[in-house]
This record gives sequence, C-alpha cells and structure tokens, in this order.
Amino acid sequence: MSGKPKLTYFNGRGCMESIRWLLAAAGVEFEEEFLETREQYQKLIKGGALLFDQVPLVEIDGMKIVQTRAILCYIAAKYNFYGKDLRERALIYMYVEGTADLMGMIITFAFTPPKERNLALIIERATTRYFPVYEKVLKQHGQEFLVGNRFSWADVQLLEAILMVEEKEPTVLSKFLVLQAFKARISNIPTIKKFLQPGSQRKPPPDDQYVATVIEVFKKD
Amino acid sequence: MAGKPKLYYFNGRGRMETIRWLLAAAGIEFEEQFLETREDLLKLQQDGALLFQQVPMVEIDGMKMVQTRAILNYISGKHNLYGKDLKERALIDMYVEATMDLNEMIMLHPIQPSETKAKHFATVIEKATTRYFPVYEKALKDHGQDFLVGNRFSRADVQLLETILMAEECKPDILSKFPVLQGFKAKISNIPTIKKFLQPGSQRKPPLDEKLVPKVKSIFYTDNE
Repeated sequence: MSGKPKLTYFNGRGCMESIRWLLAAAGVEFEEEFLETREQYQKLIKGGALLFDQVPLVEIDGMKIVQTRAILCYIAAKYNFYGKDLRERALIYMYVEGTADLMGMIITFAFTPPKERNLALIIERATTRYFPVYEKVLKQHGQEFLVGNRFSWADVQLLEAILMVEEKEPTVLSKFLVLQAFKARISNIPTIKKFLQPGSQRKPPPDDQYVATVIEVFKKD
Repeated sequence: MAGKPKLYYFNGRGRMETIRWLLAAAGIEFEEQFLETREDLLKLQQDGALLFQQVPMVEIDGMKMVQTRAILNYISGKHNLYGKDLKERALIDMYVEATMDLNEMIMLHPIQPSETKAKHFATVIEKATTRYFPVYEKALKDHGQDFLVGNRFSRADVQLLETILMAEECKPDILSKFPVLQGFKAKISNIPTIKKFLQPGSQRKPPLDEKLVPKVKSIFYTDNE
C-alpha cells in the first residue's frame, strides 16, 4: 500500500497551505517535496506528474491529485471532515469557499506590486463580508462547530483564515466575540494545537524570497 | 416540498452558466430571476438572501445556496453525476476544476482592458490547446470509453462540453487537432437532455455581447471585486 501522502509545492503557503492544515487536523502525517528551481518544475512536467502542468500536487492512495479543491475535497471526505450528508456537505462547502475567497486575497497580496496592494480592502471584506457570517452562524446555533455539531473542514479553514488575517491586522476580531472563542477552542484541539507549534509543517507568511522563487520557477522562457 | 430550483443572476452566462448546464443535463427544470440593475443586487443583499453578498444564488431544496462550486457539487451529488466513490470524485474534480479555470479565462475576456485584450485572447487559445484539451483527448483515448470517468455520464462530461463550445466560439477550428474530442463533442451533444438545452429557446444564454459589458460592470463592479 502507499505510505504517507506526499505534497509537492514551494516551501511556503500559497495554495498548498489549506491542504497542510486539513491533513494536520486529521492527524495525517505527510511528506513534502519543495520546488526550488525551474528545472525541477520542468522535470515534473516532463515526467507526467502534473496533469495540467500545475502544482499543488498531492500523491495519495496511489493517485497523483492536482487542483487544490480536488485535493481538499478528497482529504475532507476520506477523513470524515465533510459532513454526514449532502446538505451538510453543501453548507460546509459554502463556508469553505467563503474563507477560500478571503484567503485568496491575502495569497495574491504578496504577489501584487506594493503600490497596488490594498490591505484596507482585505480587512474590510474580512470584517464586513466574511467574519460576520461565521459569527452569526455560530451565535445562532450556539454549537462549538460550524456545521452539524461536529468538527469539519469548515472549522479548520475558518481558523486558518482568522489567523491569516490577524497576521495582517491583529485586532481584526475585536468586534467578533463568538469568533474569538471559536479561535481559542479550535486552536486547542490536539491535532491543531500540534500544528500551531513551532517545528510543525505549517509555513510562515510569504517573504520576498518566496515570491522571487515562485516567479522564477513559473517564468516563461 | 420545494418547487423548481430558482436561479438569481444577471441575464447572461457568467458564473451561473455552468449551473444551468448541469441542471439541464440532469433534466431538472428551473426558474430564473434576472438582476438588471445595481439596485436589484442591493435589494437581494439587504434582504439577507446572499450569504456573502454575492451571486450566483440558487434556491434549492429549501436552501439559499451561494458559491458556484458549492452549488455545482450539491446538484452533482444529488443527481448522481459525481462518480460512484471518492476516487472517481477526485478524478471528476480534477477535470472540472481545469475546465472551470479555462471557462473563467474565456469569461473574463470581454472585460480585459483594451491594451491587453489581444494578448489575453492568445493566452486563452494557447492554454486551451496545449494545457487543457490534450489532457481530455488523452484520457478519452486511453480508456476508449464514451465518458471521461467511470464509463458513466458525469458532470465532468457536461462541463467539458460546455467549455469546448465556449472555446469554439473563440476559435471555431480549435478542436482541429483533437479528433477524439470532436467525437466526444458529437456524442455528448446528442444526449437527449443536452440536445434539448442546445436548441434555440432553451435557457442557455448567448455569449456576452460586448455592448452589454458596461451594464454588467455597473451591476457588479461598483465597489471593486
């Protein structure tokens, strides 16, 4: 049988970070291969490992899965993080797409020329479009988790998004009391707690070197 | 019980079109409410109908669903268009995510700034013919079956056909080097529900008339997106 899942991506967050979070939340150990050079990337393509010439790539259960959402959905379902029926799945997926949109803004932020960056818009979206929704959902049903009274992919990704926005604006949760409690609670789940500790496979926010590596690897000839 | 699904969007393709395709392929009748002005969108937002203040929104089975992929996943799962197990689902997801990437590029073409429009168009054609279509051509050729996954009609086939037709609208001979895809296109187009959707008078929407771009922008883009 296959061993641990193997992740191929840059040594940084990007589109792979949500996958790392989900595997970690599920207590699944994984290996990583880091893309550092253009040659490595082209070798991967030539070898046929990347269905659409793109990373993230996750090798799991004998499959080479690409496309971030395909990978996330597979992992979520396999490890019972995807609700108990179609309706719960629908709710979970709506919630994760919301947080993915918010995190997507932050991911592209690092690659936007400094003059064009709009941090204020990200914070506005977080505090007026996204966080109020989750605050309300949790408040209304009063449960610990977003969906079905059970820990799911939606909770993992919401925590990830909260922490990411807090890195940009530490006071962003100041008006969201329920989310503050949620953050504390989910951070304390043993697998999550472990992932949040130094030395885990969680990646730091992107720095200039990360951005330069990505641009170099994907540069057109 | 719930009636027909009801779709809220502007009267055009955009991000709702793939949802229309999937419902049609599954033989599900649906109603539509069109946003014509910014006020229509604001009203929906103020009524609390849009979870993240955005459309597409589909009322279905007592839920007000938003987020295109969430809606597509729900419809696919409900109507058995999503494979028989997790592995088939993973394959289908890979295939549809790629068609959605290509669709999105084509969809965004009319709103490209004029300086970069031609370059964007060239990129669309290049990606279609070198990154995406070869994968589907090979997948179909390798297993020799009628459908992309599991020898059974799935959302992957619907979404690939949708994308092929959109790409052909950009460049009519775009499939010239892909004989297997040409065969696929003919076969899937002939499935009764799809055939019906492809006929005039169906709820399929035409490509966006460039003259309508300012109007669409005025509905959606006032506060940046």
